[in-house]
Amino acid sequence: MTVLAIAEHRRGELRDVSFELATVGRELADATDGDLHLAVIGGEVAEFADRLDREGVDVVHTVDEGEEFNHDVYVQAVTALYDEVEPDTLLMPNSVNGLDYAPAVANRLSLPLVTDAIDIERDGVLSVTREKYGSKVETVVEVDADRAAVTVRPGEWPPAEGTNGAEIRAFDAEIDESAVRSTVTGFQEVGGGDVDISEADVLVSVGRGIEEEENIALVEALADTLDATLSSSRPIVDNGWLPKNRQVGQSGKVVTPDVYIAIGISGAVQHVAGMKGAETIVAINTDPNAPIYDLADYGIVDDLFDVVPALIEAFGGEPPEI
Amino acid sequence: MKILIAVTEVAEVEDDFEIDGLAVAEQYLDYDLNEWDDYAIEAGVQLQEAGEDVEVVSVTIGPERSEETIRMGLAKGVDRAIRVWDDALEGEGQLGVETKADILAAVAEDEDPDLVLAGVQSNDDAFGATGVSLADEIGFEWAAVVNDLDLDPGGSVASVHRELEGGVEELTDVELPAVLTIQTGINEPRYASLRGIRQAQSKEIAPKDLADIGLDASVTESPITLTQLYEPETESDATVFEGSPDEEADQLAELLRDKGVVEG
Repeated sequence: MTVLAIAEHRRGELRDVSFELATVGRELADATDGDLHLAVIGGEVAEFADRLDREGVDVVHTVDEGEEFNHDVYVQAVTALYDEVEPDTLLMPNSVNGLDYAPAVANRLSLPLVTDAIDIERDGVLSVTREKYGSKVETVVEVDADRAAVTVRPGEWPPAEGTNGAEIRAFDAEIDESAVRSTVTGFQEVGGGDVDISEADVLVSVGRGIEEEENIALVEALADTLDATLSSSRPIVDNGWLPKNRQVGQSGKVVTPDVYIAIGISGAVQHVAGMKGAETIVAINTDPNAPIYDLADYGIVDDLFDVVPALIEAFGGEPPEI
Repeated sequence: MKILIAVTEVAEVEDDFEIDGLAVAEQYLDYDLNEWDDYAIEAGVQLQEAGEDVEVVSVTIGPERSEETIRMGLAKGVDRAIRVWDDALEGEGQLGVETKADILAAVAEDEDPDLVLAGVQSNDDAFGATGVSLADEIGFEWAAVVNDLDLDPGGSVASVHRELEGGVEELTDVELPAVLTIQTGINEPRYASLRGIRQAQSKEIAPKDLADIGLDASVTESPITLTQLYEPETESDATVFEGSPDEEADQLAELLRDKGVVEG
């Protein structure tokens, strides 16, 4: 059986998930003594192909179409390549761009689609593990079909390493330009501002548990007391309570402070992606089952509105009235 | 211009819960409007307010219970709503992407909108695939994970920002008709006013079954079967400070002093 995985790149760089797809793809191919094909679409495809030639990869297909991701091109290229390679399993990244083309590819090829896989096995049937209800439960789904498409959560598999001498094949996808109805006009960095949270040694980070905008002052007072920098999880920025440059996570900043104090943060996967590199992680959250505790080195399972004022006082500060 | 908004009622699980077979036991579930859809509704209503002759219609796949959620959208400015449900959908648990896309496609073909808005994903099953799958099914252009939308209600192109990873946004022009999946933070969803809530009571929620939209029970057939549902094993090896809040805070303070975060 054959596995086909689609690499991802942006602004001239292959993204880590490309190499992770090679690892999971190899595992799946091994289960059936099959071949692993990778494909890279657009950009410096020859250079990318050299880098994608990692252990376990049998063939790298290059599709020289465009510089950057365009889902109209990707859908056509992947469906054409699928018809050429005829894989049993089509793997794509569960990234923002992956979710911008994978569902259309699956629909066009009438393939069953399972997204955001955190584990995949093929033992006769394809079994995919994924989370539900904000990581509170895990589910396993079985796909009773000969062929399927799966998107793979970034960061769940180690990247494939080494080199292998894979065959590199150029593929002409014959893109129909009239079917390209979206145009990428540029990129924009967001955030900016006068504070770079990725430079901070100590971050005091606030999440949804803070409940109200005026309560942010409490966590801000703790950050001031500790001479730390204030950051947050996504909902705080979505609510406009803190600017975007304070957001830690997949779509915000990746931070690696010495100490990260997560206050009222449950630890959704998108947030964890941004802070798991912190040296010491402290969590304050009422829910002992919150995913943040899987990562934390120290925890206080209690009400932040009791603990944070006590902590400010423990350092001789005065908590604000809220 | 007509805007169709896919609105989902989602289940949220309480902190402590039990599992009953292949589902979380019903008594531990609370139902609410999907968070992402709240932003999609706001985006639609803002377009309605920006242009003349803009109709905003919501479509929900859900049982009668979901009418409470649908009315939240109506109270915020949605003009009318369609609710699709059928005996064939009962007991299916979480509907597959293909099933949802087929049902929404049938409604979209009836309604013939210029723009479809959907949340990026649902809080509960987080598949994140329905919007793009729907777009491909009905031949619309699309953009996923939109966190900025610039569209003249009379125009033919939507200029969007797509929120990529790592603090980067992609700027993309999308030809209409299109499906946009809306990311949280794109706007500030309004609260329903008392007047809106009153008005919502008289707005239409049209119930439709599969036959009404030209489908039959075969739309629920899926090769994907849920076989296990369980609480993940905790991987926590955190040192948990215990005692009163003051005692917990003192222990944490001592740790932070040891780490050199605070002197003295």
